[in-house]
Amino acid sequence: NSLKTSLWMCEGENWVDSRTVYIGHKEPPPGTEAFIQQRFPDNRIVSCKYTFWNFIPKNMFEQFRRVANFYFLVIFLVQLIIDTPTSPITSGLPLFFVITVTAIKQGYEDWLRHKADKAVNECPVQVVQNGKIICKQSRRLRVGDVVLVKEDETFPCDLILLSSSRDDGTCYVTTASLDGESSHKTYYAVQDTKAFTTEEEVSCIHATIECEQPQPDLYKFVGRINVYMNNEPVARPLGSENLLLRGATLKNTEHIYAVAIYTGMETKMALNYQSKSQKRSAVEKSMNAYLVVYLCILISKAVINTGLKYLWQSDPNRDEPWYNERTDTERQRHILIRAFTDFLAFMVLFNYIIPVSMYVTVEMQKFLGSYFIMWDDEMLDEELGERAVVNTSDLNEELGQVEYVFTDKTGTLTENNMEFIECCVDGHVYIPHAICNGQEREELFFRALCLCHTVQVKEEETVDGIKHGIHQGKSSSFYISSSPDEVALVEGMKRLGFTYLRLKDGQMEILNRDDEVERFELLEVLTFDSVRRRMSVIVRAGSGEMYLFCKGADSSIFPRVIKGKVEQVKARVELNAVEGLRTLCVAYRPLSPEQYQQVCHQLSGAKLALQDRDKQLAEAYDIIERDLILLGATAVEDRLQEKAADTIESLHQAGMKVWVLTGDKMETAAATCYASKLFRRSTQILELTTKRTEEQSLHDLHLHGVFYLFSLSGDCTDFGLIIDGATLSAVMRPGQEDSNSGNYKEIFLEICRNCSAVLCCRMAPLQKAQIVKMIKASKEHPITLAVGDGANDVSMILEAHVGIGIMGKEGRQAVRNSDYAIPKFKHLKKMLLVHGHYYYIRISELVQYFFYKNVVFMFPQFIYQFFCGFSQQPLYDTAYLTLYNISFTSLPILLYSLMEQHINMDILKKDPSLYKDIAKNCLLRWPIFIYWTVLGVYDAMVMFFGAYFLFDNTSFTSNGQMFGNWTFGTLVFTVLVFTVTFKLVLDTHYWTWINHFVIWGSLVFFVVFSLLWGGIIWPFLNYQRMYYVFMQMLSSGPAWLSIILLITVCLLPDVVKKVIWRALWPTTTEKIQVGAITSMETLD
Amino acid sequence: MMASSYNAKDEDGHHSGSVSHGGAGTAKSKKPDNTAFKQQRLPAWQPILTAGTVLPAFFVIGLIFIPIGIGLYVTSNNIKEFEIDYTGVNVDSPCYTCANNFSWNSTTSCSCTVNFTLEQPFENNVYMYYGLSNFYQNHRRYVKSRDDRQLNGDATALKDPSNDCEPYRKIGVETIAPCGAIANSLFNDSLELYYVEPSGALNAVPLAKKGIAWWTDRNVKFRNPAGVDLPTAFKGTAKPVNWRKPVYELDPSDPDNNGFINEDFIVWMRTAALPTFRKLYRIIHKNQSSTSTLPSGRYVLNITYNYPVLSFDGRKRMILSTISWMGGKNPFLGIAYITVGSICFFLGVVLLIIHHKYDTRSNSADIPN
Repeated sequence: NSLKTSLWMCEGENWVDSRTVYIGHKEPPPGTEAFIQQRFPDNRIVSCKYTFWNFIPKNMFEQFRRVANFYFLVIFLVQLIIDTPTSPITSGLPLFFVITVTAIKQGYEDWLRHKADKAVNECPVQVVQNGKIICKQSRRLRVGDVVLVKEDETFPCDLILLSSSRDDGTCYVTTASLDGESSHKTYYAVQDTKAFTTEEEVSCIHATIECEQPQPDLYKFVGRINVYMNNEPVARPLGSENLLLRGATLKNTEHIYAVAIYTGMETKMALNYQSKSQKRSAVEKSMNAYLVVYLCILISKAVINTGLKYLWQSDPNRDEPWYNERTDTERQRHILIRAFTDFLAFMVLFNYIIPVSMYVTVEMQKFLGSYFIMWDDEMLDEELGERAVVNTSDLNEELGQVEYVFTDKTGTLTENNMEFIECCVDGHVYIPHAICNGQEREELFFRALCLCHTVQVKEEETVDGIKHGIHQGKSSSFYISSSPDEVALVEGMKRLGFTYLRLKDGQMEILNRDDEVERFELLEVLTFDSVRRRMSVIVRAGSGEMYLFCKGADSSIFPRVIKGKVEQVKARVELNAVEGLRTLCVAYRPLSPEQYQQVCHQLSGAKLALQDRDKQLAEAYDIIERDLILLGATAVEDRLQEKAADTIESLHQAGMKVWVLTGDKMETAAATCYASKLFRRSTQILELTTKRTEEQSLHDLHLHGVFYLFSLSGDCTDFGLIIDGATLSAVMRPGQEDSNSGNYKEIFLEICRNCSAVLCCRMAPLQKAQIVKMIKASKEHPITLAVGDGANDVSMILEAHVGIGIMGKEGRQAVRNSDYAIPKFKHLKKMLLVHGHYYYIRISELVQYFFYKNVVFMFPQFIYQFFCGFSQQPLYDTAYLTLYNISFTSLPILLYSLMEQHINMDILKKDPSLYKDIAKNCLLRWPIFIYWTVLGVYDAMVMFFGAYFLFDNTSFTSNGQMFGNWTFGTLVFTVLVFTVTFKLVLDTHYWTWINHFVIWGSLVFFVVFSLLWGGIIWPFLNYQRMYYVFMQMLSSGPAWLSIILLITVCLLPDVVKKVIWRALWPTTTEKIQVGAITSMETLD
Repeated sequence: MMASSYNAKDEDGHHSGSVSHGGAGTAKSKKPDNTAFKQQRLPAWQPILTAGTVLPAFFVIGLIFIPIGIGLYVTSNNIKEFEIDYTGVNVDSPCYTCANNFSWNSTTSCSCTVNFTLEQPFENNVYMYYGLSNFYQNHRRYVKSRDDRQLNGDATALKDPSNDCEPYRKIGVETIAPCGAIANSLFNDSLELYYVEPSGALNAVPLAKKGIAWWTDRNVKFRNPAGVDLPTAFKGTAKPVNWRKPVYELDPSDPDNNGFINEDFIVWMRTAALPTFRKLYRIIHKNQSSTSTLPSGRYVLNITYNYPVLSFDGRKRMILSTISWMGGKNPFLGIAYITVGSICFFLGVVLLIIHHKYDTRSNSADIPN
């Protein structure tokens, strides 16, 4: 019994990681297996976060999970509950404003999502039921339904292709909306079902599909189909080539029948909705550190005041003089409760020191600021018609802090626009349009290149069929492939006389030199992957011979070659690589029918596996691609991108270390590095590579020696380092010889830090990320930036602090996963040197200024407590308290943080070394923060004590009347608003009309508001303390004089500091500013 | 003040051919949405603060501030002020008995007389203030203990004032009008001033009550509740606990100066900013004749001592002051102006030295503006 249970358990476990789908909901024939109908979600896509009824609670909950919002909520609640100096409105209104605006924005976005969801969920889908086609709403689609999809329609869910209108059971699909690759990909129907091509036939299919549970990887799928022919199950493997993904579109195929296997939120597209982890910028981290400091200040202020209050009150005549008695309830309250209430009240009184509006302003700045990046015409690529894309605006300022740049080579530094240059067969070199001798080996080589690829032919006119196309030599058709190398090679072959026509019914057609069509039956494709770095095809020629053609990187081909003129080819390959050409080697292996049978067996065994299929396939490939005979090599040129060298040079001058991480071979990569000026002639190159496998054993020793030599030679000259993937993994390998390897890693890091340029070649995608991670984790925690264009760069783009995608030819994956995307590598220069620089300057001023203005705002109120018996009496009126951060001082700084340009854009580009001026988060270091805070405290002291001495026991007016406490507060507040605004005026270096408008406008607004606020008896207020206070103040001469005096005194030290620093210790920036003006005037 | 360059940014560093003013950015590309704003190339004024540019500003500030300061200082010094403390702390002070025998319940008021001498005559209008020290009118509990609606004559607030007035909101069932701690602690000493003629006769100095409160307070902010006359308007309300008379009998001599619009009351209701303060009590208008308003000589101040301050260690003063265009005596403003002006001047000199020593390379840049 227990055995049975465990078996059942076992089966139960199986259900967890795989699912069984019954095509057309038909039970399997009895006896084969148990029919267990699993429950699957329907095909409803829910991308919206909220429903109508849970919007408010859920949205509120999410908003208050943010620390800042929560803090203000607590303050607000405290104000509601206890008797506090300021009314709950003062913190409630801003909070309400912020929360409402966010909620409206999110609500609107969600409404749009609802609408989009509804449109998607209700779009009609044709489903085959009982041999008839019926129309269903997309959301009613269920797993197991057989769906009919017509050309140019989008797949409603993840489907397994059953049959297609094309005879060979294939269909073409574009996944442009999924990963941006516009090329048409071919998908295959299972052999056993491809014959069912009408509704009636399709509904006869009796099969089950077993497949893994949904997972987000778009390119991985493992499954098995059991087709019951006469109750005999036939199992066939299913792979990603059978799986049509939701979101992809059917092309060039009239219609297909397919069965739904993942629906709704379980489709791969839906699983990929999940947003990637949030990156936080260094500025944000400093901001949070400052916040903690201010929180401490706030709490200590409140504690000090509470303590002093009770000390001061120990005399009952001070505590409760006859003119100012407590209520009875208050008297009866326990002293501890009273003390705690007082503490909270002080907290509330001073809470403005932590500005609620800062978060809003910072977010607005980032959001609006990112538009300038998107709008930038200098980052517009006319050819592609693409502009820079901002995926996360949170990192704008991080662009100004980059210390390490990790760049991919192909498609990033280079165009990825391949051109076939030459090929070499047995040491003979052929260039396009050359006359060929017609040797047998040579023709085999050309055929190999014509066959060994995954290129598709796309015809402009599909109506008339294929005949139009290449056959007539017209360019009405062209090749498409996910790999530009292949296109270049096939096109190169065309010029050498061998034209690849098409793939039809499993037959590849080639037009040879004599204008004859040769047909090869395509038996297997061993697809390319970046680990193996090669691909193969197995074909059967018309004559019945079978060949395996293999092409790949030299390092992956040579070890597998047993025959051929290896030496000559190798020499040629190395020569080409030095010239920066991309080389591929081609080899073949004739297969006897027995060998082929064995190969088939191995492959199908691996393909049928449900678990570890990739591993098993790799092993099978490894066995198959052996004992090759070398045919020759090809060379393809990948030109450097326009201005790539200039950009790299600028980045170097800007103090950034540029590392090239590429999968390419060392010689090619090194050549590119020289061409792109990453390495100079004077650069001393250190190579850490394993050229031959025999040296592997000596390798560690060798490594150690180099490290040692290097550490001796010091860092006086310009060093470059070349390291390859194998060596790197040896260095990074976690502690086999425990202490030793850790040691290597540190020495390696040390070397890297001393090198101005590092080239890592032969890198696997994961290794790229590892390197980025290693640098990120090193002692100084430098800011890293990764830039790349292909899927193999995604891991490093995600890992680096800032990930930049290039809109290249290798699909859109890098762009999708990046934080910013740019059309060309050269745009990186403006992105970092100009935008990054500006945004860093802007946001650091924004942060510092915000803390400053709130210190100035709150400190007088703190001092005032010493003069009002620590009674939490606010110095300013409620309206001023509320509006200070919201409207009187918010817009100028927001505008500054959007518009400021302390140096001209063109100078920034011309002189990249200016970037060093802001390196290492230097504008947000503690000394500068302390300077701002001290300045704030000084200004606050001047304002308060200035007003104090002026008010001291005297009349301010010429009619002898006296002012009260509200006039005192208003005087301080007026000085405050003007000082704080003028401080920004002093810091602004770039005055457009908008700056003038906003700065002077906000001062005017303050005055107008004050006049209005005091000008009327406001019927809805239960106090009228501000009535005519502002106007009375303005009518008094000494008030004007003291306002002017106090503003001057407040600003004086900052001006003097600025001027003296500029004169005695000018920064590069300041020198440039002066220089710019000098040159401007000499021009005049 | 600042070296500056008015720089239409489109011109420099770009295609030298296309020099045009204003929104030149638009000319660069054919795209309609490509504006100078979007390209961050709006024409801008780019001032920088250098020693050279700030120098003149410092000298100018110095040159302006120092004369203003001197003017203010002289004006302030010309103002005559006389202050006398009549609290009665010392045994030999005239109000000692009154101060120490104070009781809230006594029906008879205690008076005392203080003699003083003005060395110099006071010209023009003379303003008489009372000053209190160590009196926390700015204590939060005190400041908010009022109801502006009630004081504005609101009928409902008269009967049901704000809870802020607690514990001075109601006596039994009757609401207090005016409610709150401020009103309750209205300063109620009365001061009379007599000039002692050389002959020895006492000559009462006329003290005017009008014009001591802000005009807007008297006419807009403070209003009596509607009613045939004040007693009916205030019917059903109680006088504040510490008051001797109800609010509508504050000034028996002038019927228009009663209720909430009594000027002494309004003055008191404007809470002071600091614990030591003075409030305007009376105005002594200048004589029509050519003699000084308060000739030098001996004076007698007659005080009806009602207001206890000793319990909280407070002080009471009587102040006589003349007023200039800049208000009362305030040497601080003048001194501050002179100081700041001098500092600016001094800094100007320092900057001049720095400028000449260190800043030579930008000489040409700084002087022209």
